[in-house]
Amino acid sequence: MFSDQLKPGVGPLEFGKRRWLQILFGATLFVLYVPIFTLIAFSFNIQNRGGVWKGFTLDNYPKAWNNQSIFDAMVNSLTIAFITTVVATVLGTMVAVLLWRFRFGGKPVYEAAMGLPIVIPEICMGVALLMFFNATGMTTLFASAVWPINLATIVIAHIAFCFPFVAIVVRSRLVGFNKQLEEASRDLGASEWQTFTKILVPYMKPGLISGALLAFTLSLDDFVITFFTAGPETVTFPVKIYSMVKTGVKYEVNAASTVLIIITIVATVLAMKLQAPEKSGH
Amino acid sequence: MEEWKSNSRVFATLAAPGTIWLLLFFIIPLGFLFMLSFSSKAVIDGQVSINEYSYFTGVGNYLRSLNPDIVSIFLRTLWWSGLATLACLLVGYPIAFGICFMPEKWRPLALLLIVLPFWINLLIRTYALKTVMGANGVINSFTGIFGFPKLEMLGTTPAVIFGLVYVFLPFMILPLYSTIERLDKSYLEASLDLGASQFQTFRKITWPLTLPGVVTGVILVFIPCLGMFLISDELGGPQSWMIGNVIQAQFGPSNDWPFGSAISFMLMFLTFVVLFGQWAYQSRSKGVRG
Repeated sequence: MFSDQLKPGVGPLEFGKRRWLQILFGATLFVLYVPIFTLIAFSFNIQNRGGVWKGFTLDNYPKAWNNQSIFDAMVNSLTIAFITTVVATVLGTMVAVLLWRFRFGGKPVYEAAMGLPIVIPEICMGVALLMFFNATGMTTLFASAVWPINLATIVIAHIAFCFPFVAIVVRSRLVGFNKQLEEASRDLGASEWQTFTKILVPYMKPGLISGALLAFTLSLDDFVITFFTAGPETVTFPVKIYSMVKTGVKYEVNAASTVLIIITIVATVLAMKLQAPEKSGH
Repeated sequence: MEEWKSNSRVFATLAAPGTIWLLLFFIIPLGFLFMLSFSSKAVIDGQVSINEYSYFTGVGNYLRSLNPDIVSIFLRTLWWSGLATLACLLVGYPIAFGICFMPEKWRPLALLLIVLPFWINLLIRTYALKTVMGANGVINSFTGIFGFPKLEMLGTTPAVIFGLVYVFLPFMILPLYSTIERLDKSYLEASLDLGASQFQTFRKITWPLTLPGVVTGVILVFIPCLGMFLISDELGGPQSWMIGNVIQAQFGPSNDWPFGSAISFMLMFLTFVVLFGQWAYQSRSKGVRG
């Protein structure tokens, strides 16, 4: 697998300098990014049927902005992601603290059940919720409601698959907590609630932030579960792209996608920056 | 850790919201799905109803899913997911390895570049692939300059497998990177100093020590591949259905929810078999070490 013929000056363990590894790395990046950059480039393309380059224009961006259905889908996606993030972070944190703090019968089973939404195929969860919402009448109940109540089924579904992720992230943060701090706080007369808000929450903060950001991205990105739980009137951005791509290429989609790509990248890089100094502090 | 009885009120407060949510919006829906998989469409006044069901009519849906068409789609799904996972491993391992041996200041950037596409919406990435691989896409325009004939890539099996690799590669590289990074490099030096070739060192030292990362990566790629329907839908043709497409069709155009439920449960069962395999591997390797 590894060539024994080394260039002069390249040590046997300096794999970073191996030509074939560098080429593979470069080629992989090339393959990973060419489609994305093409998509971005075509957001500046003049609309045409053949899907070929016709010339540079900025028209697609205002067109996407003024396209009511794209705009609505984007607003829906962000609203859903926002509500999901808040609720999933609260639920996930409570579960994390529960599992970290208490011993109780059937704990392994409980933990396995909490992990299920993460491991089972998304499509199974999607169709199960579709059935459930239909059978309980929630689909029809919420479908006729006003915005944003009509997003309720999607939000419920998103919270259900996001909060176990938050629980995992927060719990891994809690592992390093010095329990004596908590005991000291209680010995000194603080109530449960005071100990929680004054001692535990500040300690968990980096975990809370990364958990919340994870929930936000998971919700914003989700297509499969949304596809099955969305009513006919409630379209999110991924579902909108899905239907637009099915009916033919429109460069407004590229423009809107480009905006979403930029939002995602900024959020990701920001999240990494926020977490970075915390890591070195350990 | 304290016993729950010692502070049962706090315990109940912490436990209630998450547990109720999980029960109500996950466990019970799965129960519904399970029930429906043993049901069939109700026949009312001699007509098959569109959305009424008679429950617990037997295992007919499971027997139906044993027909050759569905079985062959199941096998194809396994085969394609396996191929995609193998391809991810073959590409991902050297890359993770290379990143680990880069100068330290470059590593975070290299890793970020590999992982960044993963944060971009799956649908956008699939759409991007579609525009690149289309009949008039970038690849065909480029090869056209040199006089190559247009290659119909969309709708073929390699396109679907390539799509799976494209989408899931970071899932393979991340666990591999974290395992290889923790690998004690002095083992490799020792092996090379003692006269082993690079290949022997890899086979006897590096590979066994990084196997846990390989297993994690394989699981993280293989399981989502099994349930994927978007890639095969967008990049493949009618001949490249995976099991996810069958499920989607039952809950969409074919409108046969009981049958779709049965196939969903078979897919879940398959997932658990894979996870059980991982668990068995982990407990075995623990036994060897401890």
